[in-house]
Amino acid sequence: METKRLIIVAVGGQGNLLASKVLGEAALLADIPVRMSEIHGMAQRGGVVESAVVFGDADSTIISDGEADLLLGFEPSETLRALNKCNADTVVITNTAPLPPFTVAIGKGTYPDLDVLQKLICNKTAKLIAFDAQALAKQAGNIMSLNMVLLGSLIQIGIMPVSADKVKEAIRTSTKKAFVDINIKAFELGFEAAAKAA
Amino acid sequence: MHKLLTENPGQKMLLLGNEAIARGAIEAGVAVASTYPGTPSSEISLQLFQTSQESDLYFEYSTNEKVAMEVAAAAANSGVRSMCVMKHVGVNVAADALMTLAYVGVKGGMIVLTADDPYMFSSQNEQDNRFYAKLSGLPMVEPSSVEEAKEMVGYAFEISEKLQEPVLFRTTTRINHSSAIVTLGEIKAPKTKGDFVKDPFNLVTIPAVSRKLHVKLLENIEKAEEFSEASQYNFINGNGNWGLVCNGVSYNYASDAVKELDIADKVRLLRVGFSYPMPEKIIKDFLKACEKVLVIEEGEPYMEEKVKAFAQEEGLTLPIRGKAKDLFTRLYEFDPAQVRENIARFFGIPYTPAAKPDISDVPEVPQRPPNLCAGCSHRATYYAVKKAAEGLDTIYPTDIGCYTLGVLPPLSTADFLLCMGSSVGTGCGFSIATDKKVISFIGDSTFFHSGIPGLINAVFNNHNFTLIILDNSITAMTGHQPNPGVDMKDFNLTGYGRVSIENVVRAIGVPHVAVIKPYRVNKSIEALKEAIDFKGVSVIISKEACTLYAQSLKKTRGKPFYISEKCKNHRDCVNELACPAFYTEGEKVYINADLCTGCAVCAQICPEKAIVPVRSKEKASSS
Repeated sequence: METKRLIIVAVGGQGNLLASKVLGEAALLADIPVRMSEIHGMAQRGGVVESAVVFGDADSTIISDGEADLLLGFEPSETLRALNKCNADTVVITNTAPLPPFTVAIGKGTYPDLDVLQKLICNKTAKLIAFDAQALAKQAGNIMSLNMVLLGSLIQIGIMPVSADKVKEAIRTSTKKAFVDINIKAFELGFEAAAKAA
Repeated sequence: MHKLLTENPGQKMLLLGNEAIARGAIEAGVAVASTYPGTPSSEISLQLFQTSQESDLYFEYSTNEKVAMEVAAAAANSGVRSMCVMKHVGVNVAADALMTLAYVGVKGGMIVLTADDPYMFSSQNEQDNRFYAKLSGLPMVEPSSVEEAKEMVGYAFEISEKLQEPVLFRTTTRINHSSAIVTLGEIKAPKTKGDFVKDPFNLVTIPAVSRKLHVKLLENIEKAEEFSEASQYNFINGNGNWGLVCNGVSYNYASDAVKELDIADKVRLLRVGFSYPMPEKIIKDFLKACEKVLVIEEGEPYMEEKVKAFAQEEGLTLPIRGKAKDLFTRLYEFDPAQVRENIARFFGIPYTPAAKPDISDVPEVPQRPPNLCAGCSHRATYYAVKKAAEGLDTIYPTDIGCYTLGVLPPLSTADFLLCMGSSVGTGCGFSIATDKKVISFIGDSTFFHSGIPGLINAVFNNHNFTLIILDNSITAMTGHQPNPGVDMKDFNLTGYGRVSIENVVRAIGVPHVAVIKPYRVNKSIEALKEAIDFKGVSVIISKEACTLYAQSLKKTRGKPFYISEKCKNHRDCVNELACPAFYTEGEKVYINADLCTGCAVCAQICPEKAIVPVRSKEKASSS
């Protein structure tokens, strides 16, 4: 089967690793070959967390620069930072709610202008879907469901070979019971948001 | 029940590499497992720690890797299967035991797992521990995938028992921290009790015994070579005459590249999974069938040197290349595109790499380095030390843990770091060779691991420096593992002892010792000044629970603070503490009430006393 490569970037604490785990569980349910890797050494200390998910017949678990089919960014400046993973055919989905790094507060950097950021990504890739996923997570009932909102939009795009039903099933089996309803709602809100944006 | 104890052979499960390795050990009936936590190996130990609470497995967090290896070595010499798990640099600590254990050998199977970290995602160096196999003469296996990692554990135990030697099991970060779908096998019930049979003239390594044991070791290497020749983990794909030699993750990148470049009919790929001893006959036959060979391995030219040596023995003159300026680097980790490009270049295959976007007009994205958490007690200690040492010319030797993040401005409290425990020994050295005030920092777990001998040295040789023990009562950086200073009731476990750092320090005879609570800023500064002024060895134990761990235990934390209208924008809070709970909007500083832990350190240093506790929920949302 054709190989599809997904990069997810986030800030520690945003739930990126759970999102990739749900995708992996969904692939397992659907009997789709999947391999993933993650770099999370200091995830809980506010650093960048990057995971790669490779579906299909590939042995590699990491994705080289310029070779992602899809980039999913949980934080807009991190999406921009990961632009080197994209090529002209890459589809990019990003949350637009910023989490400025601390370096900005102490004057060691300037947070990029969000309009400029979106234009830059648009110009260099096939398609950009950008929306306030944080607002939708709050709407779903918990800001921590941001990851599920973004998973919803990822699945709506349809590039990754897993269906919404399988992902929802994976949300039910591999996220905390108390949060399942919120997570499913968040997933659906993200799914709709991507449909509208497309 | 823990998912890794699932008794359902054939079931498929999505597992992290480290979970797969733990499952492999459980399936193989490991009876004793020991570790000192270290990324990227930590989750193997975590899984074994958790499963040991529901099974017959004995697991321990040992004080350091050498102790862990000794524990496992004795268990294996009593005839039970044992495993010790560590990161690559941990093997340096354990090497003294390892090198002679290779002479003594084992009775039950024993695995020494070394998790190497090419690119140094979370390590101080990227040493290639395949050389430990060569150095010790012990067999080594290296998986290429998560699935294979699980299978190889059982295999390594079998080899260990056949050879009566421990087996080195080498992973790299991209095995440890990759996930894939793994098929469960049967769980073999562990043999939990063995027996130790006295045999001093084979087990007590006095020179006369060791001279005999070294002969045995060399014979064992020859036997191991036969296993390597016959191993299912050394295999060849394809029958072309373009040779590729791969190990570990490089095999994945090369396999994908062969498909993508559509050269399967031209290639003969040797995957080396049993990498010490290298399979001589397989490699010599392989070389004879090739017209040129590319060796693809991260790290050092370990295989390349051996392959070239075998070619020389056979009088073969085919080109064999690997590490070179125009091919593979010894630096960092590889990636699929790099391997694909080098294969194309070496064999002269037309290949256009994927067009990368031109990012020259993308503005620089502000850095997001990992940071000490909001409310971290280390930040409070560092602030107090800097205040207490104001005006002094200082050197800050540091150590390995979260607190190494003090290297970043504005704290800038890290000047020198080698390895676990080095803050103490290097503190001694700097105090001899300079007239500067030396203030060393070490965490609680690192102090137990290898800080104590340095401190004894300091007292005995009467060095003049201050050691700050940052005691947050947990091994924080690797994910909150226990250490000898931890109250195991927090883990809902009984039957453990507990070692007081203060008692240890006093028993060593340190002439000036004080314990501070770092959230009490002024008192801490006073105590630190006294310690810094003291001529000789002084120790300050800065004691406060890791805030992240306290939160995970649901221990109550203080009310969050906010910045009131009294703020005159001095910004001492942001500029000197740099707690990530602060953020700026326009010209004003705010505190994120969700992140603030209520440690109140900023409130104590604000010149206007403008930082005050939130009184109500409404205030929290408006601040």
